[in-house]
Amino acid sequence: MGDRFEYVDVRVDGDDGPIVEGFSARIAAEGVTAIVGASGVGKTTLLRLLNRLDDPDAGTVLLDGRDLRSYDVLALRRRVQFVGQVPVTFPGTVADNLGPGDHAGLLPRVGLAASIAGREADRLSIGEAQRMCLARALALGPEVLVLDEPTSALDPASKVGIEELVASLSIGGLTVVMVSHDPRQASHLADHVLEVGR
Amino acid sequence: MTDLSGAIGYPDVALAVVLVVVGAAVSRFRRLDLERDMLVATVRSFAQLLAIGYVLAFVFDGNGGFSAGVLVVMVTTASLTAGRRARRVPGAPVVAGVALTAATLGTLGVLAALRIVPVEARTIVPLGSMVLSNAMASVSLVMTRLRDDLAAHRREVEARLSLGHTSHQASLPWHRGALRTGMLPIVDTTKVVGLVALPGAMTGMILAGAEPLEAIRLQLVVMYMLLGGNAFAALVAGELTVRRLFTRDHQLVRSLRRAS
Repeated sequence: MGDRFEYVDVRVDGDDGPIVEGFSARIAAEGVTAIVGASGVGKTTLLRLLNRLDDPDAGTVLLDGRDLRSYDVLALRRRVQFVGQVPVTFPGTVADNLGPGDHAGLLPRVGLAASIAGREADRLSIGEAQRMCLARALALGPEVLVLDEPTSALDPASKVGIEELVASLSIGGLTVVMVSHDPRQASHLADHVLEVGR
Repeated sequence: MTDLSGAIGYPDVALAVVLVVVGAAVSRFRRLDLERDMLVATVRSFAQLLAIGYVLAFVFDGNGGFSAGVLVVMVTTASLTAGRRARRVPGAPVVAGVALTAATLGTLGVLAALRIVPVEARTIVPLGSMVLSNAMASVSLVMTRLRDDLAAHRREVEARLSLGHTSHQASLPWHRGALRTGMLPIVDTTKVVGLVALPGAMTGMILAGAEPLEAIRLQLVVMYMLLGGNAFAALVAGELTVRRLFTRDHQLVRSLRRAS
């Protein structure tokens, strides 16, 4: 199978010099790709380029062979769903968070009881909230799921749950790109490991 | 009937400085470190008002064509002041300038079009300056509040952007909060006018010897004008600030993302 993303000679500037420089790599369309590396090497920065929360200062990022900047950015972000390290809940119930439409099947898919839909989102545990964020991302029917250390804020039990979920989503055909600071997680969960170093 | 027009000489002004000394004493006593600012404020207010007194005397004395110039100077100063207060918004003086110009022209335009006040230097300059000074406070509040709230909630903002929201949708809760913050003072002032304070225009007319009912009619026009002017200024400032804090591609600007 081909590549979903390709970084071509990418540079991203920070306040004091480049965070990432001359970075080139491919991300496969199939399976889970883990981006690993020491802290501060710009893993999160690389991830944020994928849904254009940020743009490179030099070089390009390609999606399916085309420059990301040639896509409509709002449509792109629905296709490439980004879930951050710390779950962000919006005011209102879980159902409000998931947005309009019928999402009956979505909550069980991420391991939450369907009955949780009426609960206030800010009363969820952090593990439940992270699952809800995944459900909210899946509600948009994305092709790619981009995860920034999705388990770093979670307790060990929730962590295993999220890992199993991520693995099952990837088997279901989603491209999954995740940053992980945990080499064990990367090796047992990822089909491809992308090591970033200075 | 006693009226104060012509009754206050420069020696009286000098005596009133006693009250500034009280203010400075409070600052010293509580270590607010504001004495220097108070001194600067006192000297500046004297110099500026004296200067504008001469300018207005000249403009009202058959040189009405210069009122536009006076207003331009006022709008520019207000824009720079509000812009400095909100300097963490990129291009803040321009944002403030557009908002204040729109508010002043719009409000005076409505008053003139409805023939509520005659279009002449003696009405346009003081009314314009009132709209401006109120709107200036509102504009800098809206800009700083919106910028600081978006910086503080950038995780939430980016979570919304990541779901495909536009920058306007993603910033809406904080945008709305900033507009409310910018408008509440004038709304509250308008609610309690006459109960808590006898406002400036009315007090001025009464001190100058006008009938109270005549004075309140002017004051009502002024209050409604300030309310409208403030709302208009806040609206424009909020809109432009959002545009300055996001890129065209619905990304938070970097200065905001990396703010601590």
